[in-house]
Amino acid sequence: MAEIIEKLITTDEIKTDEYLVNMGPQHPSTHGVLRLLVKLEGEIVHNVEPHIGYIHSGIEKMSEALSYPQIIHLTDRMDYLSAHMNNEAVCLCIEDALQVQVPERVKYIRTIIDELQRLASHQLWWCASGMDLGALTAFFYGLRDREDILDIFEETCGARLTLNYSVPGGVMFDIHPNFQAKVKAFIKKFRKILPEYDKLLTGNIIFQNRTKGVGILSKEDAIAYGVTGPTGRASGFSCDVRKHHPYSAYPYIKFDEKVGTDGDCFMRWKLRMDEMRESLNIIEQLIDNIPEGDYALKMKGVIKLPEGEFYQRVETARGEFGVYIVSDGKKNPYRVKYRSPGFSNLFAINHIAKKWKIADLVAIMATFDLVIPDIDR
Amino acid sequence: MTNEQLIEHLSAAFPDAVVKQGKQYPEITVSKEILHAFMKNLKSDTKLAFDYLVCESGVDYPAFIQVVYHIESTSLQHFLIVKCNTENRETAVLDTVMDIWPTAEFHEREIYDLLGITFNHHTDLRRLFLDDTWGHPLRKDFKDDIHVVER
Amino acid sequence: MAFEKYDFTPLTQAIHKALIENVSPLLTLIIEWTIIGVLFLLFIAVFGLLLVYVERKVCAAFQQRLGPMRVGPWGLLQTIADFVKLLMKELITPKSVDKFLYNLAPFIVIIVPFLTISVIPFAPGLQALDFDIGIFFVTAVSSVGVIGVLLAGWASNNKYSLIGGMRSGAQIVSYELSVGMSLITMVILAGTMQISEIVEMQRGGWFLFKGHIPAVIAFFIFVIAGTAETNRGPFDLAEAESELTAGFHTEYSGIKFAFFFLAEYINLFIVSAMATIVFLGGWMPFHFGDWAGFNNVMDFIPGLIWFFMKVFGIIFLIMWFKWTFPRLRIDQILTLEWKYLLPINLFNILLMATMVLLGWHW
Repeated sequence: MAEIIEKLITTDEIKTDEYLVNMGPQHPSTHGVLRLLVKLEGEIVHNVEPHIGYIHSGIEKMSEALSYPQIIHLTDRMDYLSAHMNNEAVCLCIEDALQVQVPERVKYIRTIIDELQRLASHQLWWCASGMDLGALTAFFYGLRDREDILDIFEETCGARLTLNYSVPGGVMFDIHPNFQAKVKAFIKKFRKILPEYDKLLTGNIIFQNRTKGVGILSKEDAIAYGVTGPTGRASGFSCDVRKHHPYSAYPYIKFDEKVGTDGDCFMRWKLRMDEMRESLNIIEQLIDNIPEGDYALKMKGVIKLPEGEFYQRVETARGEFGVYIVSDGKKNPYRVKYRSPGFSNLFAINHIAKKWKIADLVAIMATFDLVIPDIDR
Repeated sequence: MTNEQLIEHLSAAFPDAVVKQGKQYPEITVSKEILHAFMKNLKSDTKLAFDYLVCESGVDYPAFIQVVYHIESTSLQHFLIVKCNTENRETAVLDTVMDIWPTAEFHEREIYDLLGITFNHHTDLRRLFLDDTWGHPLRKDFKDDIHVVER
Repeated sequence: MAFEKYDFTPLTQAIHKALIENVSPLLTLIIEWTIIGVLFLLFIAVFGLLLVYVERKVCAAFQQRLGPMRVGPWGLLQTIADFVKLLMKELITPKSVDKFLYNLAPFIVIIVPFLTISVIPFAPGLQALDFDIGIFFVTAVSSVGVIGVLLAGWASNNKYSLIGGMRSGAQIVSYELSVGMSLITMVILAGTMQISEIVEMQRGGWFLFKGHIPAVIAFFIFVIAGTAETNRGPFDLAEAESELTAGFHTEYSGIKFAFFFLAEYINLFIVSAMATIVFLGGWMPFHFGDWAGFNNVMDFIPGLIWFFMKVFGIIFLIMWFKWTFPRLRIDQILTLEWKYLLPINLFNILLMATMVLLGWHW
């Protein structure tokens, strides 16, 4: 019987034609202006071709005409959900090039804001991918809790999304007197809320059926395609920059690098949930120990980097973010290249979405956590 | 491997290439003729095992156009910068490394789009961000009368 | 019994009598038809809007927000304002659609609830049509709606619409079976397909309690399959927003879109009403054994209110599903039906037949 069916569906008379569907640039599940040219046979995905560049803003070209402190303001327009990590990457790169040591206090503040930003980003990812899978209620839960972090940011530096908090040599302002109390209150509250997230979706049988075993990315493919961040770690690729190349206050603290095994959508989901818990642990270790001191070094009015090339990598919420600055000794860089995590991650989708259904493609995209300006730059 | 060991190993294995300790990481400059064979060796050599292409970027220097590869070994945890120059600005051609690291396919499409370097044997070399009416904006001699106003 | 005084039969009989004495029988028929037609039209419009409002409020409650609050007290006029907006909107017909089928589809979809609603007894004596094959009529007519959905998906000349239409076709055709089978289970218990009689038979106790185990199984299957048949979450694949933008009604605007929208909510009402009639005793009040005092108090609540209380209970349940569960995938939805619900249902019919034969029901 199975052979007859197999024969039937492969014969040319019955076989359906492939057809192309444009998912995007305006589509509810691409989270921005990403266009996927999907080749379908019925509901089965045969090929996914990402078309990007709809919001390519030429940040690399623009950076060549701006001075170093000005560049920082462009970086949080790339991955707006990990704005502070992007800022920090450029600042670290500049500090490394100038060979200045920032005060300990700065390192602690930066790391705490890093982790808060990661939490906020993962919360938004959680609620948006819940929505992609059809659970609309998740969206409101996530946004509600993200608000607390954004309030802390607002009090700290005045901005909620594009922080611009890091400057070369330190941070722009000292932390607000309420900062520590508010962060501690948030941690306490969020530890209670996280199990609620699990109750709503992770344990749900429909959710597990939709994600378990779907879109498996092997470890070899993850490395070959340069898939980093929680997405890569879910496949077993130990790529946490915080662990392998520690920066800021990460060398001082103990934390686990969560590495998964399965590489399917459910593992990616679970890994980010675990990462949120780990971020809470990191903040708890730091928040009471912020050393006294200056919040910024006194830097020169015009920052000029010595001639040479500098590369700095940090871990954003989406993966490894790299800044490659080529300097010719002037006040603006000769060439800046941003290695954005989303760019590499995106192109692995075609490899793993084949032979899955169109609904699975949405699940895969949801668990890849794409931010389009990060890809387009 | 530490950086010193890495430099030692590389200069022994590739006498033609220029190996030096850069500001942060070891840097090696190879000629474009041996680029592909060299890269293949970097990955297959069990002592080096560079299996992860972190970043591939193009830089337009006054004398030449350079492609910079930041590569890392996930098993041995060492990092290397490989550089390859091409002097011909009009028809800048290099060999692709997408058969070694699949992620290079898209990095190279980006470089082709923004810097106009053609990659030999690339299976799908099309522009990535911009449409065909554009030149190659990251070249230093790029002029755009419509979108860019000179100050 | 006390609730007999809420019977609408004297009222309808009086109207009929007054008409037949004064005008010719043909005119009487026409006037009566008109009255019923206008009443149903009003009911569907008002109840559809009410359900949209209820959905928004229920959804808001699940998502820890307030829902519409600005237009009118507690946002009561919001849906009316929305409806007025939809009425005034331009009807956009894309260039390359199949014009005739494209315009036909919303009407087919909206006709179904009008047909089905005619056999629903709202209260004693308040039923437009009372066949001896009422249940059969409902199952037969409700499957017409899928034609409208398929036509909309096909005629829109949009790939998303087509996928949505095909999904919805596969889904509704499958779940129709489960709805029919679970109704048949109850028909075995009742021994009749006439809806008024089915309600009447539950005077001594609702079928959900009378038929105990098989009836409870049939009720669960009916609610699941009914949710799927109305294309509501977690079975809303046909209009899966994150996958197909809006599915089969992507290309519709204005009042044509409103027809799809309204039909969805009225279908929700019909599924809940059928569940109420067949399992929860229609307009029959809740009685508990021989607690005469309790039963008397229950009898004082009119049948109309009982009916709508039960209907809203089930509507709330179905809305609860939608705002809690993630969406299923198309193959999972068909697996659920053909591998689980259908075999359980067939077994359940056997169980019910055995039970009725042996007289194990109450």
